[in-house]
Amino acid sequence: MSPREPEKRGKYTTVSIPVTLYNRIKELIKDTGFTSVSQYVTYVLREVVAAHEEARYEEPFSEEDKRKILEKLKRLGYI
Amino acid sequence: MVSRPHGGKLVNRVAQGKRLEHLRAEACELQRIDISYERYIDILDIAHGAFSPLEGFLLQEDYLYVLDDMRLSNDLPWTIPVVLDVDPEEISGVTEGDDIALIYGGEPVAVMRVEEIYGWDKKKHAQSVYKTLDTGHPGVRKTFEMKELLIGGTIDLIKDLEHPLIHRILWPAETRILFREKGWKKIVAFQTRNVPHRGHEYVQKAALTFTDGILIHPLIGWKKPGDYRDEVIFAAYEALIKHYYPENVTVLAGLVMNMRYAGPREAVHHAIVRKNFGCTHFIIGRDHAGVGDYYGPYEAWEIFDEFPDLGIVPLFIREAFYCKKCGGMVNEKICPHPEEYRIRISGTKLRKMIREGKMPPEYMMRPEVAKVVLSFKDPFVH
Repeated sequence: MSPREPEKRGKYTTVSIPVTLYNRIKELIKDTGFTSVSQYVTYVLREVVAAHEEARYEEPFSEEDKRKILEKLKRLGYI
Repeated sequence: MVSRPHGGKLVNRVAQGKRLEHLRAEACELQRIDISYERYIDILDIAHGAFSPLEGFLLQEDYLYVLDDMRLSNDLPWTIPVVLDVDPEEISGVTEGDDIALIYGGEPVAVMRVEEIYGWDKKKHAQSVYKTLDTGHPGVRKTFEMKELLIGGTIDLIKDLEHPLIHRILWPAETRILFREKGWKKIVAFQTRNVPHRGHEYVQKAALTFTDGILIHPLIGWKKPGDYRDEVIFAAYEALIKHYYPENVTVLAGLVMNMRYAGPREAVHHAIVRKNFGCTHFIIGRDHAGVGDYYGPYEAWEIFDEFPDLGIVPLFIREAFYCKKCGGMVNEKICPHPEEYRIRISGTKLRKMIREGKMPPEYMMRPEVAKVVLSFKDPFVH
């Protein structure tokens, strides 16, 4: 089969924030490494979203998985 | 608390039980594609969850996002494209949706569901990942030697690694359970391809002062001439740990993973991999994963500014040296004395001494470690 050509991708979308907040951020990022409000908002949101995702996680191992792994770790001298 | 796997789920694509039997039988009937040792290593890392959330080789959309944005199409940080290259003739007759057998050393090692076959731009790939088109860079050279097409899709491992040091290799599910068993909550990882000198020890202990334990994680299986042999590195670390580390603060385990020398991008990749092993912190050295002078000395630190959502804390610990005035190992940040008092530890100089059978001075290497290294008839790869 013939290979596909790279597809064009829509990479950005619009989210509304209050103008007052926009202006506040605009002021805040002056003389920082952030070149736009969008860049700053993306950065902050990624940080916040990752922290929320982190809080939700629980290890998925079954008791049987754990038992097998612990046996192996004992056999290898790790515990 | 042990780190959440990257993307929230620890991938396991190691076929077991009846599924393994079924896939092994199926592999004999499928179209076969020969793969290199390096691609086999990628498959092992995917299957055992070291590359979570990847469940196979990248599809085109993810691949392009990784090149352009250093993220997968679901926005997760991911800096190194993990791809499988093929020649058009090799996959003639294969269509999207087909299963194929991936063959290494004459044996099927994995079954892959071909979800996508796509063309790629090697120059764009090299420039994005390695920041150069210079074929003097080993990663660029390898890129240009790769085949014409990429295939993406999930894999199932049907033949696990055989290695003389297999008893020293742990995978993410194992380290995660091990760290919990040890009661560690803050775990720092240290990557190495060397026997430990005093500078390494200093960096590790600096990190240990505010963590519960350290995963000393030598890369194994991948070596170039002049590197220390895997068994030498393990024996040297065992001596160091026995004589100079408190009990229950270290785990020494091998990591099977390819080195790409992609400098800053690879530093982030190494951090993500350690997150999957359950680590909460990762030590990034000066010019981490660099080669020659393709990257600035601190580029591998600066790139982390772009990833507030990485989920593992990078530790930027400065290079250590011995200061005659301070009377110990220190670094730029804590030593006020001029260069004339400072003795820097050179890996090249150490190798030369070891090669000549000479005992390095104690400020460079612990005598217990040096004795172990020197006890090997030939500690280096040829």
